[in-house]
Amino acid sequence: MILSLPRTARLPAMILCGMIIAVLIGPFLFPHSFAVPGTETYAAPSATHICGTDLNGRDLLLLILEGGRISLLVGICGAGISLIIGTSYGLIAGSSSQGIDNSMMRFVDILYSVPRLIFILIFINAFNERLQLAASNHGWEWLVGSSRLVILILSLGIIEWLTMARIVRGQTLTLRERSYVAAARVLGEGYWTILWRHLLPNLAGIILVYLTLAIPSVIIDEAFLSFLGLGVQAPQSSWGSLLAEGASSINPLKGAWWMILFPSLALLTTLLALYSIGDALRRSISAKNQ
Amino acid sequence: MLRRLASLPVVLFCVVTITFFLIRLSPGGPFDSERKLPPAIEKQLLAKYKLDGPILGQYTGYLKDLIHGDLRLSTKYRNRSVNEILAQTLPVTLTLGATALLIAVTTGVWLGAFAAARLGTLVEGGALALTLLAISLPSFVLGPLLILIFAIKLSWLPVGGWGSPMQLILPAVTLAIPYAAVIARLLHDSLREILVEDFVRTARAKGLSERAVVYRHALRVAILPVISYLGPLAANLLTGSIVVETIFHIPGAGGFFVNSILNRDGFLLGGVVIVYCVLLVIFNLLVDLSYRLLDRRIRES
Repeated sequence: MILSLPRTARLPAMILCGMIIAVLIGPFLFPHSFAVPGTETYAAPSATHICGTDLNGRDLLLLILEGGRISLLVGICGAGISLIIGTSYGLIAGSSSQGIDNSMMRFVDILYSVPRLIFILIFINAFNERLQLAASNHGWEWLVGSSRLVILILSLGIIEWLTMARIVRGQTLTLRERSYVAAARVLGEGYWTILWRHLLPNLAGIILVYLTLAIPSVIIDEAFLSFLGLGVQAPQSSWGSLLAEGASSINPLKGAWWMILFPSLALLTTLLALYSIGDALRRSISAKNQ
Repeated sequence: MLRRLASLPVVLFCVVTITFFLIRLSPGGPFDSERKLPPAIEKQLLAKYKLDGPILGQYTGYLKDLIHGDLRLSTKYRNRSVNEILAQTLPVTLTLGATALLIAVTTGVWLGAFAAARLGTLVEGGALALTLLAISLPSFVLGPLLILIFAIKLSWLPVGGWGSPMQLILPAVTLAIPYAAVIARLLHDSLREILVEDFVRTARAKGLSERAVVYRHALRVAILPVISYLGPLAANLLTGSIVVETIFHIPGAGGFFVNSILNRDGFLLGGVVIVYCVLLVIFNLLVDLSYRLLDRRIRES
């Protein structure tokens, strides 16, 4: 075990596990009539519909659980991609000569200061149709329906790696001065072998910490895009698109407050759990290093 | 510093190029969604909006127009130029963004210093927990919730719209809160590192109270990470304002941005992105400059 869970992270970890289990198993426990449009539109929370119903009379709790699947899937996969990019980039920058390192990190600085999400927005909407077309030409049935999801995951992974790259690069700079790395170099091991066999294993802990912090960032980005109607599209829904529906359904005349409150709570709980775990791990690691 | 200044046009050139090709290489033109136009009229339309001819020629033409400060015409809002639309909407977005920036920095610095001055107490733990909660409240969660509470249940503030200072409060707070928390955490962590250094020990030894030590001596040095965060913060606020403008029905550039994607209104889309990037690049340059000045002054004293 690379890290043992600090005590402050135990409760959030349990909450997160509970959320994942609920999202995976929960939707199977509902009767079919809850999922299809019904006559009870905008019903307030009651014993049958714990979180109320939406505009089409569907059960909101079921929608939240199904939306959670998409949100968590995008978050975990997107963060995974950002981990691969960020770690490779940081490792290479940190172990290269100062000139290369400087220009690589300058590039990261520039990316930090441009509105990356805006470019990704344009990118997604520009290339979704192309991907769909290519998928149907090749007969990849699974990709036709979820091309938008795939492109969403890929593109969010492409923009969320900056922090990971910075952290990994900083750690690499200190690790490369250690004696075991010098020993490996003297023994004639190649550059890539040293990266892979000596540096990467020692970075695993810190990478894991920043992975837990990257997942909520990706979830927020996805919800941002879906909220604007430019991310996940019907019939799929995520917490972001549910929130968009909720935001459009509140006004002083028909106060469907549950449409806002319950999706917000689901998103808030998940983000808070992930951030708390990541924060507790980060603190325990920096305490160990001192 | 001069090298950074020189990299400015390079960055802008990359931004313009990427934006142009992302938009122009996506399938479907701006006139596809309407009923089928006769070929002659379509040709005329394409010529009017300079969308005809080979793509490279279009690109160099666009670059030339940009250098002259012409962002071209919107294909959706006929007869209105992108310059005109941005001149009307950009001040709104910038007012919102600047207010949010001010709120985020003042609240964040205050909370971070407040927590760090009470090292190891329950108050510090509470303040840090509060910042975690705030970071987990992105604007599209916080905005509708604040509307629900302060506009609909309590009727203290308007639901949305633009024009009066009262209408500015909720959107600016919504936009600022998560970033205030980020700043508070940044400052808290950097203060904690600085509070063990020698000059702080000297200040304590002089018999200054803990608060005077934190606020008068340590804060000056610990503020540096916060200053270098201002650049990314501005980018995040501009991006975030797109959502906040939608939630609160504010007639800023964000709404036009979203619509321009849906309408394939290429030049409006490009105009918004390019102007945002120009603003951010200039802002970053100013931040960089003030960071260097502050840093040098601290080292000298």
